[in-house]
Amino acid sequence: MPSISRAEVAHLARLARLAVTEEELDTFAGQLDVIVSSVATVNEVAAEDIPPTSHAVPLTNVFRDDVVREGLTNEQALACAPAAEDGRFQVPRILGEEQ
Amino acid sequence: MTEPTDSAALTRLTAAELAARIHAGEISAERVTQAHLNRISEVDGAVHAFLHVDTEGALDAARAVDAELAAGKQPRSALAGVPLALKDVFTTNGVPTTCGSRILDGWIPPYDATVTRKLREAGVVILGKANMDEFAMGSSTENSAFGPTRNPWDHDRIPGGSGGGSAASLAAFEAPLAVGTDTGGSIRQPAAVTGTVGVKPTYGGVSRYGLVAFSSSLDQGGPCARTVLDAALLHEVIGGHDPLDSTSIDAAVPPVVAAARQGADGDLRGVRVGVVTEFAGEGYQPGVLSSFHAAVETLRGLGAEVVEVSCPNFEHALPAYYLINPSEASSNLARFDAMRYGLRVGENGASAEEVMSATREAGFGAEVKRRIMLGTFALSSGYYDAYYGQAQKVRTLVSRDFAAAFERVDVLVSPTTPTTAFPIGERVDDPMAMYRADLCTVPVNLAGNAAISVPSGLSDEDGLPVGLQVMAPAMADERMYRVGAAFEAARDAAQGGSLVLGCPSVPGTVEPQGSGA
Amino acid sequence: MTTMAETMDYDEVVARFDPVLGLEVHVELSTATKMFCGCATTFGAEPNTQVCPTCLGLPGSLPVVNGAAVESAIRIGLALNCDISPWCRFARKNYFYPDMPKNFQTSQYDEPIAFEGWMDVELADGDTVRVGIERAHMEEDTGKSLHVGGADGRIHGASHSLLDYNRAGVPLIEIVTKPIEGVGDRAPEVARAYVTALRDLLRALQVSDVRMDQGSLRCDANVSLRPVGTTEFGTRTETKNVNSLRSVERAVRYEMTRQAAVLAGGGEIVQETRHFDEGSQTTSAGRRKETAEDYRYFPEPDLVPIAPSADWVARLRETLPEKPAELRKRIQQEWQLSDAELRDLLNAGAVEVIAATVQAGATPDEARSWWVSYLAQQANTRGVELAELPIGPAQVAKVIALVNAGELTNKLAREVIDGVLAGEGEPAEVVAARGLAVVSDDSALTAAVDEALAAQPDVADKIRAGKVQAAGAIVGAVMKATKGQADAKRVRELILERCS
Ligand SMILES: [Mg+2]
Ligand SMILES: [Zn+2]
Repeated sequence: MPSISRAEVAHLARLARLAVTEEELDTFAGQLDVIVSSVATVNEVAAEDIPPTSHAVPLTNVFRDDVVREGLTNEQALACAPAAEDGRFQVPRILGEEQ
Repeated sequence: MTEPTDSAALTRLTAAELAARIHAGEISAERVTQAHLNRISEVDGAVHAFLHVDTEGALDAARAVDAELAAGKQPRSALAGVPLALKDVFTTNGVPTTCGSRILDGWIPPYDATVTRKLREAGVVILGKANMDEFAMGSSTENSAFGPTRNPWDHDRIPGGSGGGSAASLAAFEAPLAVGTDTGGSIRQPAAVTGTVGVKPTYGGVSRYGLVAFSSSLDQGGPCARTVLDAALLHEVIGGHDPLDSTSIDAAVPPVVAAARQGADGDLRGVRVGVVTEFAGEGYQPGVLSSFHAAVETLRGLGAEVVEVSCPNFEHALPAYYLINPSEASSNLARFDAMRYGLRVGENGASAEEVMSATREAGFGAEVKRRIMLGTFALSSGYYDAYYGQAQKVRTLVSRDFAAAFERVDVLVSPTTPTTAFPIGERVDDPMAMYRADLCTVPVNLAGNAAISVPSGLSDEDGLPVGLQVMAPAMADERMYRVGAAFEAARDAAQGGSLVLGCPSVPGTVEPQGSGA
Repeated sequence: MTTMAETMDYDEVVARFDPVLGLEVHVELSTATKMFCGCATTFGAEPNTQVCPTCLGLPGSLPVVNGAAVESAIRIGLALNCDISPWCRFARKNYFYPDMPKNFQTSQYDEPIAFEGWMDVELADGDTVRVGIERAHMEEDTGKSLHVGGADGRIHGASHSLLDYNRAGVPLIEIVTKPIEGVGDRAPEVARAYVTALRDLLRALQVSDVRMDQGSLRCDANVSLRPVGTTEFGTRTETKNVNSLRSVERAVRYEMTRQAAVLAGGGEIVQETRHFDEGSQTTSAGRRKETAEDYRYFPEPDLVPIAPSADWVARLRETLPEKPAELRKRIQQEWQLSDAELRDLLNAGAVEVIAATVQAGATPDEARSWWVSYLAQQANTRGVELAELPIGPAQVAKVIALVNAGELTNKLAREVIDGVLAGEGEPAEVVAARGLAVVSDDSALTAAVDEALAAQPDVADKIRAGKVQAAGAIVGAVMKATKGQADAKRVRELILERCS
């Protein structure tokens, strides 16, 4: 069984953008370990040749016509923004590069 | 029937009864709405089923129905004028939607969910937004950032979750109808522990547009009510194809109302009922099992042919479910990042990345963070195949078990939950114990078919409600309505009335109880 | 300060190293609406006015696939000689970035709609290089950030950023080549020729505006070097912000000389994203990531799989336009061009636009004369390719038709073209707005002619005396009086009529 280390929990928290506290690191490390070992029983199921199911209902090819639909006004879009400027969403300085 | 004169009596009526009286002009929708608003102000301080009561919006909607009826128009739907509690996970244009989370505190959506729109178009009166576990993650409604909902049967116990607010509003007679969402049992499990009816329709049967996503491939909105017929009436209002939801099934709503009426005749001859053998034994409360066995005997007594059916992969459903739902949730909840809406904390020169992390840390509760972490883990490189990928295979196996079972029987039955309502605080620090509340309900979500929970009785040990789960194949929802209604009619006849009418639901203050106390 | 040279002389680079290229092109489709919602895609709209719950990533919103975008994707795949997947899904690519409203990009991962194709790319000397296409997949664009408070609007040093999500959700097709090997010193040229050929193909398919200056065609250039004679790939860099065809060539060339200098100095190439700077024509390192990205791809549960039927694919195959190479062969015959003439037109990037203008109704001669003279001058002044001019073949054909109908003189036609280039609208709109219609009303012209004859009685007498060439002075005066809007031929006729 994989045991989830504190460092691994910290890495997951970074990936998930959660500024977890030191205390939470310990709690989550313990709880995730318990949960992960419990759910690991899915690996006991012999399922080599079993196709995975991603969607509960077997639909395909659901498309929309390429026709413009009325959206939100600029005011509606920005109404709940924590901050806005010049019709745009204002966000703190961005560190990383675009991907 | 005697005309109920007082406000409290109005709240005891079923949705079908209320609609009949409103449409016949015997009573106004406004009066019915006001009666329920009165009841809410009377008891909701103790029950806390609502996060937001939209008094003005509800009264306006009721008056609009009254005006149309007064003008001689046909009622807009079978439920026009009937009040309803809407789980706070559906967007409501101009009315706050929080999903029970601090991170959305104060958010006013600029659009209606399709379910919300359909309710409005049908003239259903939305009383307000029902409490829930944060982002629908939980089985007790203790994970609401705005405080737990209490079980009207016993205020020290949980009302189930995540739709505890929806179910409690019914049992406390604050609303005759509610809408919930069921990702792993969040409609059925609260229904079972509050003595009400809850339906998880076939996946794709009710639009998810405007339903704030928890686990997209599992989430399904559905009706909650105090009777099977009321649930069916609501099912027909909210169901149906929606071009805004790509996973919505482009077919007519199954004939659930007709099936509920047919079932009430009490004749189940020719119906094959399968008892899932795996859902019994260790971990099941004796009172739950005895109520279930009695229910099976009742079905047999109604003429149903009862057989035992083994679904060996159902035991893997819970672990698979607890990999799939956190995985999808970790992605679905990434959008709550303080950039465009909702909470923003920790500015003061911090970078966007830091503000995102600080806001998510402050805005999400422990269970939400736990699932985001678990999902991030299950999807991360090196673990995907062993966890998420393997869970998706289990999903195939569970579907095959259902397919094989439905070759032999028309519906499957089991207890809805292994236990009755547990005390508030009992499982908050033990996630695995909490997760086990979904043991019997998750296979249906994984496979995408339909299930209903109908009150089967009270447990011998604690006198608390027990639910009977009836599962049907995808897009054959009508089968479980027929069986559910037949069982309900027989049980009510034998017991001298609806189980939920026996709910003590005494208003009063309760001691505030901290989690884990 | 380093004593090591930052770049190596190009001849030395190619003598010692063998470059391997990989090109990733993102094409914005010119569908009316976005990939997953009904918002318009018009370029240049006021910020956050083409948005809805879905493309803003509001809680509860859901995507629905734009069928027209899928058709474009399949047509692009077919035109690139790809296999079309009989069943594929969208996937979520999870990473946080403020320009991405859901903090995941709905893209395709291990199941692209088109894969395993190729494109033949012709170089200036007529040689052809076959570029392998690894995949073409569908995804959505991000929003646009405006960085405030720093230098030159760059991200570094900005105090905050402003986000416009009009572009978020615009359909993108990402086209990825297989490694391009064995082209040696011609790598920069091949890179440019590939992007040029791809652009021409996409334009012929009419699936995109393919405007590099507006970002509807974007190229990321992966470059690595390995010592000549070896087979193992070196570490690559990925250069972004390559905003013109010329820059594609320069970025690859610069990266080759930079990497060679690092390797020759005993250094190691860092696998990183680099930024091409148009001003200095060099690349610079982006911010290094502390931890490797882990995109946690999984099948998009909100969208159902796409399963193009053989029938559908066959019908789309029939809509494919003539391939650029075939078009050139046909045109050389039809226009009776020598190899050298064709090469000149090719090098001027004029073949496709002329052909398209002919397609829109002009004669080959008319189309050629406009594109290789006046329009070529305009392109040259602006430093862009003909095809990058903000006027298209259909608009040029319209101007030619107006000239043929006598509604415009050549001089007026140039003014109309200027108006279209200046963004004043369609030719007809420019004619109306600038009041450029030819004065063809005989009574107005006759009055102007009479006035001019009266003003220059001596010239009038000469004409009357049979000196027809003297009429030129009167034509000039009339043209001046009518601000050039008269049809000179008709003016001459009228002068001779009045003087007969
Ligand atoms: Mg991409
Ligand atoms: Zn949109």
